[in-house]
Amino acid sequence: MIDAWEPRPVPTVTPETEPFWSAAADGRFLVRECPDCGLVYHYPSALCPDCFADAEWREATGAATVYSFAIHRHLEFWPDDDLPAVFAYVELEEGPRVITNVVGCPAEDVEVGMAVDARFVPTATDDVAVPVFVPADD
Amino acid sequence: MVDSEPVFIAGAYEHPTREAPDKSTMQLHAEVARGALADAGLAKDDVDGYFTAGMPWYERGLTPLIMADYLGLDVSHAGTTDWGGSSYVGHVGHAADAIREGRCDVALITLAGRPRSGKNAGGDEFHTYQDAFEVTYGATTLSKYAVAAQRHMHEYGTTREQLAEIRVAASHHAQYNEHALFRDPVTVEDVVESRPVADPLHLLDCCVVTDGGGALLVVSEDVRAELERDCVEVLGYGEAIGHREGGRIDLTHTAARESGPRAFEDAGIGPDDVDYASIYDSFTITVLQTLEDLGFCEKGEGGSFVEGGTLQAPDGDLPFNTDGGGLCSNHPGNRGGMTKVIEAVRQLRGEANDEVQVDADVAIAHGTGGSLGTRHGSITAVLGREDR
Ligand SMILES: [Zn+2]
Repeated sequence: MIDAWEPRPVPTVTPETEPFWSAAADGRFLVRECPDCGLVYHYPSALCPDCFADAEWREATGAATVYSFAIHRHLEFWPDDDLPAVFAYVELEEGPRVITNVVGCPAEDVEVGMAVDARFVPTATDDVAVPVFVPADD
Repeated sequence: MVDSEPVFIAGAYEHPTREAPDKSTMQLHAEVARGALADAGLAKDDVDGYFTAGMPWYERGLTPLIMADYLGLDVSHAGTTDWGGSSYVGHVGHAADAIREGRCDVALITLAGRPRSGKNAGGDEFHTYQDAFEVTYGATTLSKYAVAAQRHMHEYGTTREQLAEIRVAASHHAQYNEHALFRDPVTVEDVVESRPVADPLHLLDCCVVTDGGGALLVVSEDVRAELERDCVEVLGYGEAIGHREGGRIDLTHTAARESGPRAFEDAGIGPDDVDYASIYDSFTITVLQTLEDLGFCEKGEGGSFVEGGTLQAPDGDLPFNTDGGGLCSNHPGNRGGMTKVIEAVRQLRGEANDEVQVDADVAIAHGTGGSLGTRHGSITAVLGREDR
């Protein structure tokens, strides 16, 4: 069991972010890359936040390290069975720091700097999945 | 505007679309911004002021933060006065005022909406990234400050005991405030052993939740001259927005490192001249990072700085939040900036509670709105006694 909360609620998908969520349903984590200034970034806004060029999609490896995290002991909108929940920033191998959950291990085992890999939790909709991260295999 | 410095409109751009089912409203904001910059022959980095309006009600309170984050703006001035459809005419006037005051040189004004292709015709279907990319993962105000604390502890060795010192000082002050929600002094141990709410933050690292409010009157020199009452002079002001920077967020810093210098430069003084500090204290970590970023100590040394009663009035080196602050006294409407200014005014008028009154000529009131973990606004005001 990776994540007790499955399927996850379907996040709000917009025309701008739809490719991100459908790639996740496909098991791929997409980031944006700017063809002009080279910035690799997240969230996936259509225009580069540094130079306003039209950005391209790029598949990330899914490898990351934990940049910071917090442990929710209680959270009204979270299922009790999946608490405590780890709210985290992970830094992708490609650079961007991404808000996510670290799952698949006890909350007490999560540390800043630990290596993690992307996993994708299904939602009620086939073409949308929610990326999360689990401890990397050694 | 007679005899005032002339200000000009240099770029204008109307989006060619009339129906945009394949774009987000945020994206349209970015596209019109790009169009106006191209029209003017200016670069994105030239923009240092931003105005917009028309956010749906559930985002309105955070408009400048959300938009600066999305558009990747680094601005020294922002305005979001909303008068409905006439807003953007008003923004031209407000931008001109801000430019004349030296708050910014290039002010961007954007409007976007999709009522034609939005799901509810006539409605303002408008999705920012917060729901999908943050709330999905359990983002709350608590967790978005807790990640800042966690990272600061990791990088600089800041301890929970050091964070607790901030609550201890606030509670020491609150005991003299008959209106404070929590008046009992607490110890470092009390804070550290209070229950975890979003580790590493515990219950007593958090501000109170209170009903209430506050108000201020700002007047001209002509009006002041007619008044009997002691007034406090606004010596300086600075603002800045901190955001994710497309994924390069640094959770150990706040935008106070920009708003502070702007305000101090405005006032012609520095942190060493400050006798009393009202510092926004949504959480203990908010205070600790702000003290560093305003220059009261080096980055990373906030933990040792607050040890030993530095923040406790009347004898500490930098008395702060002498009303008990948001941590112990009041955080009306979940917006603590108002009470920060009010207590600074009390100190400068000599009207703080006797036990915590400081001999203060110069005070600051610093606000932090939003969340350190995603996007926040830092605002610093420098205030002075009128007869200083
Ligand atoms: Zn770019």
